[in-house]
Amino acid sequence: MTTSPQANGPGAGEAGSALDRFAAVLLDRPWLVVAIAALVMLALSGGAVRIGVTNDHRVLFDEDNPQLLAYDALESTYTESDTALIAVAPSEGSVFSREALGVIESLTESAWQTPYSIRVDSLTNYNHSESSGDDLVVGPLVEDATALDEDALARVKEIALTTPETRGRLVSTDGRVGAVVVTFALPESPDAAVIEITDHLHVVLDEFRSAHPGVSLHVTGDVLMNRAFADATRDDLEKLTPIVFLVILLVTIAILRSLLATVAVVVTLMFTINTTMGFAGWIGTVFNPVNAGVPLIVLTIAVADSIHIVSSTMTALGQGLSKRDAILTSVRENAQPVFLTSVTTAIAFLTLNASEAPPFRVLGNLVAFGVLWALVYSMALLPAVLALLPLRQGRVRADWRFLDRLANFVIARRTTLIFTMGLLTVGLIAGVFRLEFTDNWTKYFDERYEFRRDTDFVAENLTGLESWEYSLESGREGGITDPDYLASVEAFAEWLREQPEVSHVQAFTDIMKRLNMNMHGDEPAQYRLPDNAELAAQYLLLYELSLPFGNDLNDRLDVAKSATRLTAMARGGLTAAEQRNFDLRAQDWLNANAPQLATPATGFTIAFAHLSQRNIESMLQATILAMAGISLILLLVLKSWRLGLVSLVPNYLPAAMSFGVWGYAVGQVGLAGSVMTAIAFGIVVDDTTHFLTKYRRERNAGLAAADAVRATFAETGRALVTTTAILVAGFLVFAASGFEVSWALGALVAITLTLALVADFLLLPPLLMALDRRDR
Amino acid sequence: MTFRFRLRCPGTLRAALRHKNRCLRTTLLAPAQAVRSPFRTSPQRRSPKGCLVAATVAATTGMGLHAAAQDGAAAEQMGLEIALEAREKRLGFGNFTARQNMLLRNKRGQESQRELRVKVMEVDGDGDMSLFVFDEPRDVQGTAFLIHAHKDKGDDQWLYLPALKRVKRISSGNRSGSFMGSEFAYEDMSPPEVEKFTYRHLRDEPCGDLTCTVVERTPTDERSGYSRQNVWRDIEERRTWKVEYFDRKGAHLKTLSLDGYQRYLDRYWQAGEMTMVNHLTGKATTLTWTDYEFQTDLNANDFTQTGLRRIR
Repeated sequence: MTTSPQANGPGAGEAGSALDRFAAVLLDRPWLVVAIAALVMLALSGGAVRIGVTNDHRVLFDEDNPQLLAYDALESTYTESDTALIAVAPSEGSVFSREALGVIESLTESAWQTPYSIRVDSLTNYNHSESSGDDLVVGPLVEDATALDEDALARVKEIALTTPETRGRLVSTDGRVGAVVVTFALPESPDAAVIEITDHLHVVLDEFRSAHPGVSLHVTGDVLMNRAFADATRDDLEKLTPIVFLVILLVTIAILRSLLATVAVVVTLMFTINTTMGFAGWIGTVFNPVNAGVPLIVLTIAVADSIHIVSSTMTALGQGLSKRDAILTSVRENAQPVFLTSVTTAIAFLTLNASEAPPFRVLGNLVAFGVLWALVYSMALLPAVLALLPLRQGRVRADWRFLDRLANFVIARRTTLIFTMGLLTVGLIAGVFRLEFTDNWTKYFDERYEFRRDTDFVAENLTGLESWEYSLESGREGGITDPDYLASVEAFAEWLREQPEVSHVQAFTDIMKRLNMNMHGDEPAQYRLPDNAELAAQYLLLYELSLPFGNDLNDRLDVAKSATRLTAMARGGLTAAEQRNFDLRAQDWLNANAPQLATPATGFTIAFAHLSQRNIESMLQATILAMAGISLILLLVLKSWRLGLVSLVPNYLPAAMSFGVWGYAVGQVGLAGSVMTAIAFGIVVDDTTHFLTKYRRERNAGLAAADAVRATFAETGRALVTTTAILVAGFLVFAASGFEVSWALGALVAITLTLALVADFLLLPPLLMALDRRDR
Repeated sequence: MTFRFRLRCPGTLRAALRHKNRCLRTTLLAPAQAVRSPFRTSPQRRSPKGCLVAATVAATTGMGLHAAAQDGAAAEQMGLEIALEAREKRLGFGNFTARQNMLLRNKRGQESQRELRVKVMEVDGDGDMSLFVFDEPRDVQGTAFLIHAHKDKGDDQWLYLPALKRVKRISSGNRSGSFMGSEFAYEDMSPPEVEKFTYRHLRDEPCGDLTCTVVERTPTDERSGYSRQNVWRDIEERRTWKVEYFDRKGAHLKTLSLDGYQRYLDRYWQAGEMTMVNHLTGKATTLTWTDYEFQTDLNANDFTQTGLRRIR
């Protein structure tokens, strides 16, 4: 941590003297520096009021994301499919009781009052059709539930549990849970609407809960998920950021052991964070859970720069230098490493621009911006603040004895260490094969969020929430009643029902079969498709004329009656890969059996199923490029091919090992996994850079490999441990987020940084000694 | 041919006049007997952004505004009177036939057409009898939909299915559902019975060249899809120019615009075009009426279940 510029050759020496002149100017006019910095900061931070928060899950997708476009096309062909599903579960018995059906019936009625609702489907308002004499009778399955007698209840149960449209969708197959599904048409920018809807629903549900304690109510759906998105963003921005600040404060006090010095660090941090967030506001940033971690990450990374500078100053003061000289020394010593690490970190974060998910691009750019401002403030503002503070000579701290012991241990056991560390590395990395990349919106939030608990309940007790949506084209206007078309759709629906991944299929053909039966006096043998296109079309017309407002078929049929929508609900717990594979298998089946219908699945679920994969593909190239670029910078700085190549080991392996650990411990990772490498790499590089720079200097000064290692440990060990401790603490707070992408990212980065420190201490030195022994 | 100047400007007339150099548009209007909707903004004549509200010089200089009686009972009375007056103007037509083209459009701009023939017969002391015969799409050709509207109870509805050669009664008495997948409910397609609403006069306001009364009507039928409707009728002829539909939670669901009114038998005004826009789903349906014929040789037997089977 004490790379002196003079050791870097004549060029660096000139830069050093320029640096001295620069630092001297700062120290001559500290108030002016503070004033200028304050002006810059205030001007930028004024933008903070413009910061927005969005709850729209669509922000995760690029505007031209093909899966999202397909989904939009589906929605504008049929009807919007933003929904809320309310599950009604009596604490005992089935839903086929007067009370439970009564609750569902009045909930259905109340649901119509939900803002932006365009239709309500429930067990009670499901429009059942049957024949009566020569007529078709279409009406809600349940009317005036509380007045039903036992026979009527038995009839409702019989119909609900045998009709494909209700069983497994509006009522669980065991009859214990019923459902009310509300469909919404959300405005273009749905943020306010989502809040309005979910607030309304929660008030209504609470009223029902207190009126009917014997019935439990659970609500989920993508509208509710959007709300959870907003809540999680706010939680992270408002709760985690102060915690990180506090953690940093405590760690800083512990390291610097001086309140005044800590004040200097905090001032620098405040400037950095205000500038970054203000800038974010000026450029119109809208935060969401994925990038709500920006202030937190910037704080964590920025504090490292300040601590290096302040602690060097304190050390120099302790050695008896005047305050001015101590600050000058510190600036001189830290300029190069702080500059270097800031630039490499910024480059790494900028690679997030390759991400498919726009929030990561915002995250990368803002953190890179913040890191560079942290550099500016640490090198300009911080020295001026230090100059203004009445800093006293700090206690001269004893060197950490354990670093010595560690160095001796590493030197003595170098061969064993290479062997064991190698084995450990391979063993950990093997865990990568257990790792599965999957994004599942139903699991994005942990159980502290009611959304997650309700979603789990519904998934376990009623229906899966993820679906494959198909728009099946007949190829001509009015073609959906062609017998051939109907037969193909029917075959597809039947095939889907046989698949283990599928829990429920909603197909147009079920309606046609039921109508055919109704038109033949409810004869069960006639529960089949009409074999005449005109007859089918006329049945359909009759049925459509019988359906009341809000229960029409416009969400299942397009306006030209040329296509129908088929929805296959997935069983819970499928991974993204399983969902994608199922889609491919379904396409294969269609191509082989009904090529005219062949289409990929679309929908919310499938868009998410492709999200991490697309993101990994796009990030992979960029991450490799960034790694190559940063490694090249290291080569230039270290001016040694051998050291440059050795640096790859502690730079690259920790991320791989961390994925391995994740593979063993968790098994699944989504979006976070695709960007983690880039983020962690930019930070990990810093430690390696410090270590190798120092080592090379000691070797150039003529020390033998082992002695150079011992000296490097003594000089850089403390700084490496403290910065790693701060970074790990910061990212661990991030890992406390209830949003999966954030906590996985925080935890993965924290693991990576820890492993990187281990690699820098236990693997890098033995490797250096092994290489350099052959040399001499 | 007459030429009129039409001023389309934002906001108030004063604002309109201030902007008149920018917004003034000369518009060639159709011959005078075909009355254009004051709300009409066809795409090719759409004024520049922000100038969508049509304000006409005539409306503000020609006619004075009704003194609006807004207090409770008076407003209700006035609303009812307007509805009754509008019905009065329709009475005595006997029967008419017309063709109807139905153009459905979804949010993607995908379109689909239906062709129907419509026959309507007046019934003394009760609602009209209407018959819709479908010509397009082909699969439902010859299907006929018969409605006996009633003042005091649910309507009777039957459908004749030619493929089955049978008449089926539609038992639900449903009027609120989508008509043939369109944005029209059956109840939106014909002037509803006066008795099935309560009324409240809201205000009078200029609508294009005319002055309109705006009346809120609230359906008394619990099974209606609407909580209320706002109806714009011109003062002179009580023609309906616009209806705003509010769904059960009070949200503005749909807007119906009527246009191309023509007068038949020197007395009965009929709209040539009715466009329903669903604001929530972005779907729209346009009904175009042609070939109106009044007092044809239709008789009550044509509007019976037996009569249905004879329809070609």
